[in-house]
Amino acid sequence: MSIFGEVPLAAPVAVFKLSADFREDQCPSKVNLGVGAYRTDECQPWVLPVVRKVEKMIADDHSLNHEYLPILGLPEFRSSASKIALGEDSPAIKDNRVGAVQCLGGTGALKIGAEFLRRWYNGTDNTKTPIYVSAPTWENHNAVFSNAGFEDIRPYKYWDAGKRGLDLTGFLGDLENAPDHSIIVLHACAHNPTGTDPTQDQWKQIADVMKQKNLFAFFDSAYQGFASGNLDKDAWSIRYFVSQGFELFCAQSFSKNFGLYNERVGNLTVVAKDQDNLNRVLSQMEKIVRITWSNPPSQGARLVAITLNTPELFAEWKDNVKTMADRVLLMRAQLKEKLKALGTPGTWEHITEQIGMFSFTGLNPKQVEFMIKEKHIYLMASGRINMCGLTSKNIDYVAESIHEAVTTVQ
Amino acid sequence: MALLKTTKFISSVGSLTPSLAAIPIRANSWWTGVQMGPPDPILGVTEAFKRDSNSKKMNLGVGAYRDDSGKPYVLNCVRKAEALIASKMLDKEYLPIGGLGDFNKACAELALGPDSEVLQSKRSITVQTISGTGSLRVGANFLSRFHSVAKDVYLPKPSWGNHTPIFRDAGMQLKAYRYYDPATCGFDFTGALDDISQIPENSVIMLHACAHNPTGVDPRPEQWKELSAVIKKRKLLVFFDMAYQGFASGDIDRDAWAVRYFIEQGHNVLLSQSFAKNMGLYGERVGGFTVVCADAEEAKRVESQLKILIRPIYSNPPMNGARIASTILTTPELRSTWLEEVKGMADRIIKMREMLVTNLKKEGSTHNWQHVTDQIGMFCFTGLKPEQVERLTKEFSVYMTKDGRISVAGVTSGNVGYLAHAIHQVTK
Repeated sequence: MSIFGEVPLAAPVAVFKLSADFREDQCPSKVNLGVGAYRTDECQPWVLPVVRKVEKMIADDHSLNHEYLPILGLPEFRSSASKIALGEDSPAIKDNRVGAVQCLGGTGALKIGAEFLRRWYNGTDNTKTPIYVSAPTWENHNAVFSNAGFEDIRPYKYWDAGKRGLDLTGFLGDLENAPDHSIIVLHACAHNPTGTDPTQDQWKQIADVMKQKNLFAFFDSAYQGFASGNLDKDAWSIRYFVSQGFELFCAQSFSKNFGLYNERVGNLTVVAKDQDNLNRVLSQMEKIVRITWSNPPSQGARLVAITLNTPELFAEWKDNVKTMADRVLLMRAQLKEKLKALGTPGTWEHITEQIGMFSFTGLNPKQVEFMIKEKHIYLMASGRINMCGLTSKNIDYVAESIHEAVTTVQ
Repeated sequence: MALLKTTKFISSVGSLTPSLAAIPIRANSWWTGVQMGPPDPILGVTEAFKRDSNSKKMNLGVGAYRDDSGKPYVLNCVRKAEALIASKMLDKEYLPIGGLGDFNKACAELALGPDSEVLQSKRSITVQTISGTGSLRVGANFLSRFHSVAKDVYLPKPSWGNHTPIFRDAGMQLKAYRYYDPATCGFDFTGALDDISQIPENSVIMLHACAHNPTGVDPRPEQWKELSAVIKKRKLLVFFDMAYQGFASGDIDRDAWAVRYFIEQGHNVLLSQSFAKNMGLYGERVGGFTVVCADAEEAKRVESQLKILIRPIYSNPPMNGARIASTILTTPELRSTWLEEVKGMADRIIKMREMLVTNLKKEGSTHNWQHVTDQIGMFCFTGLKPEQVERLTKEFSVYMTKDGRISVAGVTSGNVGYLAHAIHQVTK
């Protein structure tokens, strides 16, 4: 009689199951438009040239060892990463009211932020404090916050399927109706999964409402630089909120913009009202880190820190990032062009209006099933495609298949 | 730091820091009610050590191996593995949620032994974790969610300081069984058996597989056998914490003996492994969490649930350290180099223990210091009292934790004489 006899088989995480299915597919023309990782035009993973360079520097430096990092992480990583998000001349950084925790990827940063908020945000028990996530949002947001103890996770209107764009009125309306002090998870740029971002003017409206209602801004920034190719442009929303006086959290991921997916490089940037509050917040986050993973992994953080803190390497990195962003933009432009040329029904402007790795095509579940089963083109049930999966070699096949799906499958 | 009340904070800003009063007061800070977290006791030891200008100062709080010159030691097999890995120009794609497959396999084999029936019947699941802490955390979360029959976890008294908050935060309740006998600086075997025989059925019992932290006191094989019998009788769920395999005796099989024995005796154990110490991979965060199940089908179900637990914490684990560990374990010449090096580290620790006792005798100490060489692993519970520890720090700049624990890794042939002298002075 096993104690685990009653443990049920859990459903696999969808995005990884999709990749697994893709791997097993024998069809030579198969295309993987599922998981969010960058691919070159040869459909290969791309280790950034600057990363290879810095890796070698680290390997050749025999003065380095594998000792424990401090609980909060590598100091030069934390500060340079926060600077990337908030800007070199950030007044908040000058005021000594910005701190950070090195975390295991963007997920880890969300986790530590969530655990802290549940314990300390508005009183010492925030299990009932509402968390708002966009409809739709990255599928792991829900689990991160519910596992941290939050019992009330609600959607805010975001994606307008009809017009294939942002439902700003709905968004603002949900914010107006949110209980005061609710926590709002915002995608800093390149919204996952829709690729639809508010304009600067729309961000201002969002910030206004959030300020009035005392709503907490928790930014998820997984694509800085990767979205437009410009670091500052992609961080505009975060910096605007800081300039408006918000205390906020920003979960940063360096998985995509450094291509360091499996090294788990993330940073939770904390902007507080002043240094005193900041220090107390960090001291409590330290306790949470200690009982979660003790201290973070050193390799990836070292690599990012060296890159960000060395002018020539920093310039090279920005260049590498632009390379990736530009290829995505090219694929967007070409896909739209081809769909228009095919006369595929519907409007396809959203493909170039959307930004970042992902595009919400608008394909419905049946059409998605057709794409997978009949065309061996793998995409998420939501209709989300990873633009990085498109190449000059497969884009015609994908465009034709989308055309077929839209015209023959209802 | 006192809890700052809202109004007090605003009014004090102007008086304490006049320049800040010029800044318009927006809404109050969200964090006014956040208390300052307590300072970490061990960190405090290191901070004080750093500030000390005495050239003879010794840091015996450090929980990391040091060579005979007192320096961190990067293993040769690690350097070789790193070079090998670099030459392969691997990509950086995400690992699966459960981690690097090659690592998980090698990690399980190392603990259970290559001929393990458990591995042959595929009735266990091993996932890569963020070193030992991450492993314990995943384990604690798993128990909290799926071990509904009992919420109590029994720790040896004393245990690693971080065990309690990890299990508590996961929602488990902490209890203790007698373990360390301060009278003998050894194992309170009768006390342990007595306490364990009264633990309610289905409770979880934590056992340190070898090199008990913080005491260095391990049960002998015959004692392990009796513990196993009592634990089986009480139908307890065993959770082994093995952070020092190879590092304790210098022999990986000997250090894993208790784990393997318990499994042979039919305990379906939970096991946390760390490669921080035995491979010197501290900051790379390399560990594993294993659940021994009834059969392969159950192992699959458990695996699926572990992934559900892991995904919202950090999605998937870091590659670097696991790749290094896996390369070492599966490349024959690197593996044998590793076995030599881990034995080298263990031998140095054992030698320092012996030298400390020899030097204490030379100093003229008449106390019984046998426990120093009886104990095993990185740590030694000296038996020193807080007042004596304080004198050691103040008069001799020897830094250790108040409970009298020293990290033998901080002892070298160069300073062991000084240490013996200092200890003798405060205990004679």
